[in-house]
Amino acid sequence: MVLYDIRKNAYYDSVTLMLISKEIKQIEGVAEVLVGMGTDLNKELSSNLGLGGEAIDGLSPNDFFIAAEVSNEQVMAEVVETVARLLTQKKASGDSVYRPVTLNAAKGMIPELNLAVVSIAGQYAEDEVDRLLEENIHVMLFSDNVSVEAEKKLKQKAVDRGLLMMGPDCGTAIINGIALAFANVVKRGPIGVIGASGTGTQEVTSLIDRLGSGVSQVIGTGGRDLKSEIGGLMMLQAFDALIADPETKVIVLISKPPAPEVAEKILKKVSETSKPVVVDFIGGDIEMIRKAGAIPCISLEDTAYKAVAAANGETAADFAGFEMSDAEISKIVDHAVSGLKPSQKFLRGLYTGGTLADEAMKLLGNQFGGIYSNIPLSPEYELENLNVTGKHTCLDLGEDQFTVGRPHPMIDPSTRTERMLKDIDESTAIVLMDVVIGYGSHENPAGEVADSVRKLKAKVGAPVVYVASITGTSGDPQGFESSKEQLEAEGVIVMPSNAQAVRLVGKMMHALAQKEA
Amino acid sequence: MSRINELFKQDLKVVNMGLESFYNDLKAQKVETIHMNWRPRAGGNPKMLALLKRLNTKK
Repeated sequence: MVLYDIRKNAYYDSVTLMLISKEIKQIEGVAEVLVGMGTDLNKELSSNLGLGGEAIDGLSPNDFFIAAEVSNEQVMAEVVETVARLLTQKKASGDSVYRPVTLNAAKGMIPELNLAVVSIAGQYAEDEVDRLLEENIHVMLFSDNVSVEAEKKLKQKAVDRGLLMMGPDCGTAIINGIALAFANVVKRGPIGVIGASGTGTQEVTSLIDRLGSGVSQVIGTGGRDLKSEIGGLMMLQAFDALIADPETKVIVLISKPPAPEVAEKILKKVSETSKPVVVDFIGGDIEMIRKAGAIPCISLEDTAYKAVAAANGETAADFAGFEMSDAEISKIVDHAVSGLKPSQKFLRGLYTGGTLADEAMKLLGNQFGGIYSNIPLSPEYELENLNVTGKHTCLDLGEDQFTVGRPHPMIDPSTRTERMLKDIDESTAIVLMDVVIGYGSHENPAGEVADSVRKLKAKVGAPVVYVASITGTSGDPQGFESSKEQLEAEGVIVMPSNAQAVRLVGKMMHALAQKEA
Repeated sequence: MSRINELFKQDLKVVNMGLESFYNDLKAQKVETIHMNWRPRAGGNPKMLALLKRLNTKK
């Protein structure tokens, strides 16, 4: 039976509620459950889950509801009680400071507010951000589902007022040494970064830290900034700020390939500064970057190497190899491939970071018969129905088809856990993964991967090879070293960067092909 | 000097609107921050929101 518990005018944030839904599903006698606010999306979701009904249809986004398919009313009573307990727990973990309802009241408490982090539902974001910019408050807009028209309007307003409007869908920034949303604890230093790609920026900044240098500022723009419609408004604005910033000696730009006219505009600006500029237009036109007098890069890792070299007044050649010696790499490859059974043929890339998944496919290229994906490099490799059987695959688990009604896999790794248990079998040779730590991320993503690997060892009767890299630093709350130890304890090969993990996998795939031939 | 360069010289004072975990992360970094008890205006009713917006722009 489907039962409901509804509370009018009780507001909770979506991530809290999604995490609670997940816990409630574990209760015996609960077949399906949705705990959420009465938004259109949740109404649709509850109807898709077979939980819909008049009780839900009449709700407003300010109304809280539990809809559950349960075996009897006692189970529902337990569900309601558990939700109440979990909500109180979440509240108790906070503090007792008053939470203002309006921006004016917030300003009354901290008069010199200078930055807002906004992660409310996208359809409400435009109005709120507009109001913040009116007050000359810089904005990091984490929310997605904000229209291109709204983005353009807000960014234009920010430019007119000399403000930051990072986003929408901006996942990472480090301002004045403070990590915002999904960001790592990176030492302060001479490198200023502007990134239109969240996990790409996290990878570059974490590696800058591990190479012994640091960042002055890390400014996110949101993924659409360099498309024609927005015209690079925020990247250009942030670039001017870093040129004027005395702490910034080197500027790094990270983005997926921009629209050609936007690339031209940005590179024109690049050619006019005397500060060294390191550019990674992931997979974009390298010659164009070189002509503008900037330093082009071949991977996120290469970007970090070249930025650190430039900060030290040096130039670095393309880094396309390994930190380990060739002999060590050969030994790892031989050992891994020689143990594989004849049934083990396929690669499974299971990524939580979209840019890292994209980089993996770009570095592996179209060899090995192509890699199928939900974000393929070309349309013929689009994965139908997410069915991975009989082909190499690389998934971005942060995409919408995996995240409806649940948090991003960097917050809730169970999306990947489920995919690992489903997709990895006797036909799997190699599994390639990212582990993104830092503020915003799950409290122990490496531990979750290690648990899954342990379960899979018992389940799959073949010696699958697991290769991972960790995006993060030793200063991160989860700790780089402790994350690495947990993975290695389960036999996962941990490489120093995504690029090196991918290159190692490439060598293994070649060796596997030779073995089969 | 743009307001961005002014920001680079100030201590961050942050208002958080939305996910509470971002507020907790800021506090863990000892940032002066405040979490708003944000909820959709006008109960999230699109018609009421449009009306409110028109009233505000006429002000």
